[in-house]
Amino acid sequence: MRNAPAATLPAEAGTPNHGSPARSAAGFGVPALAGSACALDRRVFLRIAVATAGVASLDSVAVAAETAPAVLIDTNVYLSRWPLRRLPCDETAALAAKLRANGVTQAWASSFDGLLHRDIGTVNMRLADECRRHGDGLLIPFGSVNPKLPDWEDDLRRCAEEHRMPGIRLHPNYHGYKLDAPDFSKLLRLATERGLVVQLAAIMEDRRMMHPHLQVEPTDLKPLADVVKKTPGLRLELLNLKGHLSPDLLKAGDVRMEIAMIEGVGGVSTLLSQVPADRVLFGSHAPLFYFESALLKLKESPLTEDQLRAIRCDNARRLLAKKS
Amino acid sequence: MNHEIWDVHTHLAGVPGKTPEEKLGRLLEYADRVGIARLCVMMGMTWNYDPTPEFMRKSNDEVLQAIRKFPDRAFGFVYLNPKQTQASLDELNRCVRDGPMVGVKLWCALHCNDPLLDQIIARAAELKAPVTQHCWIKITGNLPGESTPMDMAELAARHPKATLICAHTGGDWERGIRAIRPHANIYADINGGDPTAGFTEMAVRELGAERVLYGSDAGGRSFASQLAKVHGAELPDAAKRLIFAGNLKRLLRPILSAKGIKI
Repeated sequence: MRNAPAATLPAEAGTPNHGSPARSAAGFGVPALAGSACALDRRVFLRIAVATAGVASLDSVAVAAETAPAVLIDTNVYLSRWPLRRLPCDETAALAAKLRANGVTQAWASSFDGLLHRDIGTVNMRLADECRRHGDGLLIPFGSVNPKLPDWEDDLRRCAEEHRMPGIRLHPNYHGYKLDAPDFSKLLRLATERGLVVQLAAIMEDRRMMHPHLQVEPTDLKPLADVVKKTPGLRLELLNLKGHLSPDLLKAGDVRMEIAMIEGVGGVSTLLSQVPADRVLFGSHAPLFYFESALLKLKESPLTEDQLRAIRCDNARRLLAKKS
Repeated sequence: MNHEIWDVHTHLAGVPGKTPEEKLGRLLEYADRVGIARLCVMMGMTWNYDPTPEFMRKSNDEVLQAIRKFPDRAFGFVYLNPKQTQASLDELNRCVRDGPMVGVKLWCALHCNDPLLDQIIARAAELKAPVTQHCWIKITGNLPGESTPMDMAELAARHPKATLICAHTGGDWERGIRAIRPHANIYADINGGDPTAGFTEMAVRELGAERVLYGSDAGGRSFASQLAKVHGAELPDAAKRLIFAGNLKRLLRPILSAKGIKI
């Protein structure tokens, strides 16, 4: 145990099941999904819905249960403030409500603060706290680690040991390192040894409209395949890819992507013509993007039931469940 | 809430298919999946920033060919190049006055505050045809002839009776909305950029819902990401109805009526 400050957070009074073993099977309160199917069991759905919605809405809950949506795991959301403007859902409670209203049952959340703040320790502490206080099991924290900061290894340790996060999210372009940097390789190796999923955001926004004093080059992904090959057991998800996973990356290891920035008419169908469906996850990039964008992409593309289930939940569930 | 949706900005390029009709057919299949009733189609199967008269004609022939197969689903906008002034006026007459097209599309040949646009804009206004002008403000640098919303504001000041559509609202919408705000005859077409939350809310707040139009820029963009800008916006349903179809119907009604087309 390092001499880092204790990051144990006070349990929020009235937060049901906080930290209970049943909700912590995969680290930070990750609810286990029943069975292999994505559809929620009706009784489970009713129990959860009644517990969260209250007695007054029993009728609507019952109606909703008859058409209970399949499980939907959003692997790309953020909490806190985008540095350049207020967003409609940048309050955690509002975001959680928005996600729930759209059928999201689990959301992997990082913090916008992780882009520019140097006190990453408190960024991750606040993230974990927000997820506990507002998500009621919906929000799963993915901590920030910046390998350009001194003693970043302890940030990684805290994510895993103290916050019990299942993964981390990296922003190499905001933190100023290339993917052939030795610290990046080391970070992937240490994260893998701890059984953490690694998410890497290629970009955050269209570079053409960046603030003149906050222009950030897109992450150059070319060195990534070699690093992945040298990190056996790595579980990596790329976020905010404008294009498809390259054949090199597909062959290099367990590398996946999500759909928040996939574009073009029928974009998800086109993506699946080049990338196997088991490598594609659902991601919205909310609240920076309107959440509905990602959901409508699944509607716009003609997808099979198997493809839909894989993207909506199965692939994310497997990624999180699989320990190196 | 189901809304009627008309898309003010689509293309044939980037859509699967070998012919204009095939491409528009495929585009409509995708549109059907997300509930879009009508499309405005502009520019042909290949694009050119600075088209010759021959290229313009070919491009517009392809759009004509496509929309003739789907007269109840698609409207055409004629693609013009202000640097080819007389050829553009001729093409405007051929495709709009004498043909089925209902609007004008200007892209990146020339900044739209250039006086060379004046005859074209005046003629379009006579024909009651709205003019869509590509506009972008890029911190990475605009193309040589690429207009900004600030350019469009100058154009609007010279042509207060023309109906002008600021395509993409300048990309950098926080500046684009401000630039067009003083000119009531400029409409913000929210298509083309990423579905950045807050865009549509700001457009409605600053311009009024009556000046905001839904468009997609499909096939380069998905319908989905652009529809989300309205579906996902924190706006009253009445505002969404205007943005999705009400405003475009209002803008097109005069020219459609002149052509005997009922909507």
